[in-house]
Amino acid sequence: MGEVLRHAWVIARKDLVLEFRSRTAFVSAAVFTALVLTVFNFGRDPTAVATVDLAPSILWVTFTFAAMLALNRAFQLELENEALDGLLVAPISRTSLYWAKLIANCVFVGVVECVGLPLFVLFFDVPVGGVLAPLIGVIALATVGFVAVGTLFSAMVIRTRFAELMLPVLLLPFLIPPLIGAVQVTARLLGGRPLSEVTGWLRLLAAYDIVFLTLATLLFPTTVNE
Amino acid sequence: MTLAQRGRWLTLVGLVLLAGIYVRALAFTPTERFQGLAQKIFYVHVPAAWSAMLAMGLVGLASILFLIMKDYRFDRFAAASAEVGTAFSLVMLTTGPLWAKPIWGTWWTWDARLTLTLFLFFLFIGYLLLRGAVSEAPLRARYSAVLGICGLVLLPFIHLSVYLFRTLHPMPIVLKPSAPSLPGSMLVTLLYSFGVFTLLYVGFVMQCYALAGASDVGGAGASDA
Repeated sequence: MGEVLRHAWVIARKDLVLEFRSRTAFVSAAVFTALVLTVFNFGRDPTAVATVDLAPSILWVTFTFAAMLALNRAFQLELENEALDGLLVAPISRTSLYWAKLIANCVFVGVVECVGLPLFVLFFDVPVGGVLAPLIGVIALATVGFVAVGTLFSAMVIRTRFAELMLPVLLLPFLIPPLIGAVQVTARLLGGRPLSEVTGWLRLLAAYDIVFLTLATLLFPTTVNE
Repeated sequence: MTLAQRGRWLTLVGLVLLAGIYVRALAFTPTERFQGLAQKIFYVHVPAAWSAMLAMGLVGLASILFLIMKDYRFDRFAAASAEVGTAFSLVMLTTGPLWAKPIWGTWWTWDARLTLTLFLFFLFIGYLLLRGAVSEAPLRARYSAVLGICGLVLLPFIHLSVYLFRTLHPMPIVLKPSAPSLPGSMLVTLLYSFGVFTLLYVGFVMQCYALAGASDVGGAGASDA
């Protein structure tokens, strides 16, 4: 297990160093997030709907799209110069490779969310002061769920036709359970409700993460083996 | 007789029996007191839902078996089952709103079971799209098996999350801890239509499977022949 994680970390670090040095993907994903938030601002009637009622939906739709964008490029990177083949012949297990991509994607999406959350608070004047810690916890739980399935699927779609279109079509149904949970918890948190009211949802989110992390770890080797 | 021919005969028998369901449901089964004639759609809607669920379950099962045994017949079966499942879920998604409009006063609502079946439909479509987007047969088989298994695991999660969200759909009346709460004559009609829809499922899948086999000949998937 230690070996697997150590290898995973090495590859994840390589991916992240690449991303941080070129910065194109990070910057485009962050700008995309900011733009989606502005689109939401103009896509509603501020005199008719209070922002706080709409805030959870705005936050999560934005994060869902941002995650989708980030996941689309996860394996795209490895297609150039057939880098994926290089990774596959390297003396590391397929499980390491999956966890590497999982870690890199989580960090990538996490960074984009770190940009998105303050902008969301700024643009929509949402009071998050007292609930910041639990809110970040929920975002982390849901993001792991998004990325666990997304990483598995992005490994498959790169070798299909219309990859950019295929990923959302396959992935969106899988994002529904974590999305519902995250929106419900966010709404309760922003509404000042106690955490005890949302334990059911948190349990569902955690169960989703565990089940799909396990399943994706088991199934990933099938998607890359020759 | 080839598999396709046997499938065709089975389907034909199923279609004749389907006509029998209409006759039995309309002429020989009592009309429900509150819902009136609208309730008759129950005998088509519920069995169609059953066949769609059965199809998804078998797609998942065949996917697991394919990954374990690497036998392309399972892959072909999963593809056939998904195709037939799409048709049945379409029947379920069209008959549902037809009933819901007069009874609930709305065509659609985001109730747990409705949402579940809608996503069942999306999963089938996604599954078939993925198959269409991969040209190499071994790759296609592995990818679709992965999606089939994930889909099967996803459905309980969707059901649970939307159930926690809110629910409006009539509660189960047959498969529940206590005895079925519908009159015997209605139950007989329902069970009969369950049988007919299962027969239709088998008939359709046999034909799809045979067709996939025929189009695979000469292709990369022919290695299983």
